Amino acid sequence: MLLIHCPYCEEDRSELEFRWAGEAHIARPENIAAISDEEFAEYFFLRNNEKGLTYERWRHIHGCGRFFNAARDTVSDKFLATYKAGMPKQPVPQTGASEKTVETYEATEGDAR
Amino acid sequence: MVEMATRTLPLSGFHGGSSAVRIEAAPPAGRISLRARAEDVAALSGALGLDLPVKPKTSVSGSGRTALWLGPDEWLVVGDLNGGLMQAAANAGVLHSATDVSHRNTAILVSGPGAAAAINAGCPQDLSLKAFPVGACARTIFGKVEIVLLRTAEEAFRVEVWRSFSDYAFGLLAEGARDAAFSL
Repeated sequence: MLLIHCPYCEEDRSELEFRWAGEAHIARPENIAAISDEEFAEYFFLRNNEKGLTYERWRHIHGCGRFFNAARDTVSDKFLATYKAGMPKQPVPQTGASEKTVETYEATEGDAR
Repeated sequence: MVEMATRTLPLSGFHGGSSAVRIEAAPPAGRISLRARAEDVAALSGALGLDLPVKPKTSVSGSGRTALWLGPDEWLVVGDLNGGLMQAAANAGVLHSATDVSHRNTAILVSGPGAAAAINAGCPQDLSLKAFPVGACARTIFGKVEIVLLRTAEEAFRVEVWRSFSDYAFGLLAEGARDAAFSL
């Protein structure tokens, strides 16, 4: 079972207590009435869906109930860091795991046919 | 003939348990869901007659009441039914939100050498005495329902659950109690 560190409860809890809440650090444009439809769509609908390191909001819904931010590797599914909501984007240690963990035929079998 | 309406507990008449675990419905209690900012905690603590806990996963008892830390600004206070919890909070005179949830929740008392194992049948928390000592509390998940768990003694827990989920929670606890008896 995946354990997630809640920065408010200050300990690791089971993933069952948490819920994903979308991409983090999306700032609402201050001039929301003035921006074009394309710019609004970019802000409102379009997400990066990055492979590898992503910053996401999570909620400890069956625990303290708080939203917080997490840096997660979408390839290895590892949580690299979690920190309280409202804090700026936190740097995370470079794991370099992303692309290398993808298994290809060549990598696993070589030329054994 | 006029018959008086009598209020019964949602779990009255339920029974379960095993040789290792005793499960019973707790008597009615008064409860408030309390939200307040950090600067107002001291005044509310004075009005309620106990020090509201500010450390995660802890509870504090005093004046016949128990305050359970649920979140950084959220507590569940459990006391006697009609124990004046709402009035006590109102007497604090500081900005807060108190909601009477006495009849939203009901509680199940789980005790015995297999109590932790019975709860762990549906709850992912680490209930060892090191990680979850006496007095520790947490809002967590039990099977499909949300519960508030409080350890009242080394081998005794109080499970607070919403009344409409209490049938499910009691049933799953009874199953867990049976399994716990096999492993002890």
